[in-house]
Amino acid sequence: MINIFQVAYKNLLRKKTRSGLTIIGIALAAWVLISLLGFNRGYESSLNTDIDNLGYQMLVTAKGCPYEAATLMLKGGTGLRYMKQEIADSIAKEPEVDKITPLLMEAVFDPNKGESGGITAYLGIDPKTFPKMKSFLEFKQGAWFSDPNANEAVLGYEAAELEQREVGDTLLIPDKNIELKVVGILKRTGTQDDGTIFIPIDALQEIFSKKDELTGIGIKVKKEADINKFEERMYKLPDVQVVSLSQVKQTIMTLVSTARVMVLSIALIAILISVVGVINTILMSVMERFQEIGILKSMGAMAGDIFKLIWIETLLLCLTGGVIGTALALATAKFTEILIRRILPYAPRGGLVKIDLSLVFLTLVVVILIGLLSGIYPSWKASRVRPLEAIRSEVE
Amino acid sequence: MNIEIKMAIEAQNLKKIFHRGSEEIPAVNDVTLSVEEGRFVSFVGPSGSGKTTLINILGCLDNPTSGKLKLGGQSIFDEGKTLSEAELTKIRREMFGYIFQKFYLIPTLTVLENVMLPFTFYKKPGADTDVEKVLRLLGIEHRKEHLPGEISGGEMQRVAIARALINRPKIILADEPTGNLDSKRSKEIGEILKELNQKERLTIVLVTHNSYLAGMAHQVFELRDGKIHVSGD
Repeated sequence: MINIFQVAYKNLLRKKTRSGLTIIGIALAAWVLISLLGFNRGYESSLNTDIDNLGYQMLVTAKGCPYEAATLMLKGGTGLRYMKQEIADSIAKEPEVDKITPLLMEAVFDPNKGESGGITAYLGIDPKTFPKMKSFLEFKQGAWFSDPNANEAVLGYEAAELEQREVGDTLLIPDKNIELKVVGILKRTGTQDDGTIFIPIDALQEIFSKKDELTGIGIKVKKEADINKFEERMYKLPDVQVVSLSQVKQTIMTLVSTARVMVLSIALIAILISVVGVINTILMSVMERFQEIGILKSMGAMAGDIFKLIWIETLLLCLTGGVIGTALALATAKFTEILIRRILPYAPRGGLVKIDLSLVFLTLVVVILIGLLSGIYPSWKASRVRPLEAIRSEVE
Repeated sequence: MNIEIKMAIEAQNLKKIFHRGSEEIPAVNDVTLSVEEGRFVSFVGPSGSGKTTLINILGCLDNPTSGKLKLGGQSIFDEGKTLSEAELTKIRREMFGYIFQKFYLIPTLTVLENVMLPFTFYKKPGADTDVEKVLRLLGIEHRKEHLPGEISGGEMQRVAIARALINRPKIILADEPTGNLDSKRSKEIGEILKELNQKERLTIVLVTHNSYLAGMAHQVFELRDGKIHVSGD
């Protein structure tokens, strides 16, 4: 015996092109939807990981653009302002401070980098405090510096690959004609540390003639400390600005959420277009089968049976489109990520598009809802066909 | 010895009036007839004579404007009583199998699936029809796995007849079943209807323009202007 699902499925096979195009429409809508929801989750979680992996909760920089400071924290930056080392010493005495680490970022144009040259950034770190603050860093090869003043470098995983260096190799700082000895290569962290070249801060200050000068101070606050009160006190310090990580997170999420609302609107429009497409396809199919539906009723099909048949056809279209769209989203997640990275001004390391089972489930539920909603009118219309009308139209 | 004759169809003063503006058009005008169970009757007449309207009422596809109708002794339409579409469907699926001029086979279903399609929506209790037997009876058992597009017009109409038989109807209503077929295939379909009537004791009601086909029936009703003009055995 043939069941109603088989009949519905075989009905859809009659106009393969039309059914196929409708399925493509739904698949695209599902693809956009799941990719966007995946991006929503992935971006936020990667940003959190990125920020947590900084090792500190606050960054003090010289007064300037707060966005530039945020960039420095997350991505490394150039053209930075400097502040005196003594500020770090005075902050260290604050009772709320658990750990503190001074940072100096320097960038040099390297004419041999890439096809037309590029910027290489060096981060000067304090070998006593920085490794303690970033205790999660692990070495692929070697270890931290042998001496706080040594002209040595520790390379992040990607920096080592880019520079094609191993422990024991040397690294030339262009312009300065100073060779650094590579003493360690870090394991991949999935953070901005992967692309960083670490140098002892004293050596970097010496090389770039920035004695007692810093571009940033990373602060880790004690667990029991009132971080808000501490922040307020720090804001009052002259010539410096304080950027808290929660602030940075919020600022970035605000910037991203504007783009997110726009893209979600596009997804909504895609869904609406696919709903109209589905209604159109099913309605056309009902109109074309007007007589046939009447004949089905003469065979004993009740109005409810016809409603169910057409509704199942709509659901099958939507579900097929939803499954294809979900598979597409999973298959192209990497490509979507590359695309997003190109568009966004700042994208954290790690997966930007995270599609998990719950998201797949959610998308399929949305697609089923689209099917249920868009199938109501055509199914109702079909269920109202009277066999007599069908037969009369045959006679005419 | 008294032999009780059971009536399949009893119509009394059936009228169907259509309205065009203020004008009344009587498509079926005071028709009274009866068809015994197991009889093969045909309706003939020129186009617009009311044949199709009449068998639509007899086949519960439409309500009459007035008059009475009994099917198998059970009152269906009585003066002023109008049945809903759902009520008509329930009667139809118990009583009738329909054959139309067009075959209305689903092109993506095989012959066998098309024949069994009525079971998707309703299987009459106790309808343990042997599908293979029906296919054999109609000479299409070798075509059961074919799609409608792969068989001839005559075979398609046989499939439609098999589909009408599958739920074991009491009455077969055939409205111009050979309208789309050549004379050879028309004769074949006529023979099948006759065989069904004789072997299966099915009551057959046929509307046709084909005088040869009409002549196969036990009784021929000729309609003109909505009235039965001649009723001959």
